[in-house]
Amino acid sequence: MDLPLSDFRHMSVAEFDTNKLLNHASRQAEERGYKKFPIVDVDSHHYESESIAEILDYMDDPVLQQLAKSASQSARTTGMFAGGIGYQDMGGRVTRYPLRKLEKGNPDEHRDVSLTRRWMDAIGVDISVLFPTPMLQLGLHPQVEVEVALARAYNRWLIERVLAKEPRIRSMLYLPFNDPDAAFRMVQEMGGKPGVVGFMVTAARYKPVHHNSYMRIYALLEEMGLPLGFHSAYNWNDQSLSLMNKFISVHALGFVWHNMVHMTNWIMNGLPERFPKLKVVWIESGLAWLPFMMQRLDNEYMMRSSEAPALKRLPSDYIRDMYFTSQPMERSAEDDVLAITMRMMKAETQLMYSSDYPHWDFDLPSTIYDLPFLSETAKRNILGGNAIRFFGLKLPEQKLARVA
Amino acid sequence: MPDVFVAKAAEFAEGDRRIVAHDGVEIGVFNWQGNYFAYENLCIHQGGPACEGVIMHKVEDVLGPDRTWHGHKFSENEAHFVCPWHGYEYDITTGECAADRRLKLKSFDVVRRGEDIYVVA
Repeated sequence: MDLPLSDFRHMSVAEFDTNKLLNHASRQAEERGYKKFPIVDVDSHHYESESIAEILDYMDDPVLQQLAKSASQSARTTGMFAGGIGYQDMGGRVTRYPLRKLEKGNPDEHRDVSLTRRWMDAIGVDISVLFPTPMLQLGLHPQVEVEVALARAYNRWLIERVLAKEPRIRSMLYLPFNDPDAAFRMVQEMGGKPGVVGFMVTAARYKPVHHNSYMRIYALLEEMGLPLGFHSAYNWNDQSLSLMNKFISVHALGFVWHNMVHMTNWIMNGLPERFPKLKVVWIESGLAWLPFMMQRLDNEYMMRSSEAPALKRLPSDYIRDMYFTSQPMERSAEDDVLAITMRMMKAETQLMYSSDYPHWDFDLPSTIYDLPFLSETAKRNILGGNAIRFFGLKLPEQKLARVA
Repeated sequence: MPDVFVAKAAEFAEGDRRIVAHDGVEIGVFNWQGNYFAYENLCIHQGGPACEGVIMHKVEDVLGPDRTWHGHKFSENEAHFVCPWHGYEYDITTGECAADRRLKLKSFDVVRRGEDIYVVA
């Protein structure tokens, strides 16, 4: 295929091979001795839109199913998916976006399983928690029944066609949070399925997390011992974010903004006190927001504690009990800023490595392993140990990743 | 410093590139507008194959004399090669990182001997 470039030229590409693209990452894995310890990636992605025909076969409502199948066939759009404007490929500069369609899976295996295992092996990841991509914006869908129908079809498809086929791939299933009853039933029905290690709420949505209708979902998750994740996303149509005219701007702020809102509501409404055993993880918002949140919330709480009567400790104390994924770990900061951030958030026990692969701003395990201020124990905890404890994973002694 | 063979000059077209390896070091060699440039194929960011990505001209704003904004254009003079992992851009003539010129890739000399192009590794 031809990639359009900045002038009359174009770049002709005949093949795409993840192993070749990530060859340098495999070398990093060897040089740093990743075979000596497990690496768990708590946030990676696939493109469920590439399997939409299969997913729609799992949709219960025959009318919505027919509507979606027709829409996905009749135009080069995602039809039923809540689409968002986005330029993740950077005008083709991040070549795996346009070229991934050239890559084939292994025979007799779902392509998503092959491709996911391929990059996991290349960078040294043993277990990966896989999330969808276009569905990260499904919480913005104006048709609540479509959010539920797509979520249910996707989750059933994922469990049967992906998770059941490769135990190294796990998922926190998509929760259709705009319909609390449907979300509750989904936890009941799917929470115990093999490969399901929790549930995930996409952060770009507009129903507050402290709404009473969610309490029985939190109680059920707590009872079942399943973690709840808030996976960030941007919504360019958000009234504030729509003031920005660049993808870089919307992405930089949007991927933190929605989680800032949800975390503030979560703490100020005392949900950590109401559900003390519910494990909560904040996904793909990086780390830089955490010192900001701790300082802002603590400072105001000291003056206005009457507005948050459920709290028995400082807001920052609750934040330190929460869990976080590492990517996109802000690298422009000085090392000492990152060191202070990690100390403030108790990274040695609360931070879990995430790659976000194959998205444009993915992080390799070396982003953690090469930090000069972390001990070897802390590095191994962040890269795998914390996630093993968080999810209660059982791993064999030998390394699962087969570094190419 | 050993010379590492890159290509026959006649087979190394303008706008093309080669990746050569010597002693565990990968080097990207570009033929850009008749001049040769060579840099280590190792992105300063996360170690990606920086020299293997697309070549794109620098994006510039078009501003009016009153400093109003009138659109974008691609530079006629400055071209970048882009690390395919995350989009870090490098000036093809200097190896400097376009977003922060204080950072640059390790560069290598390129020599022509007769019809052959070598990089001094």
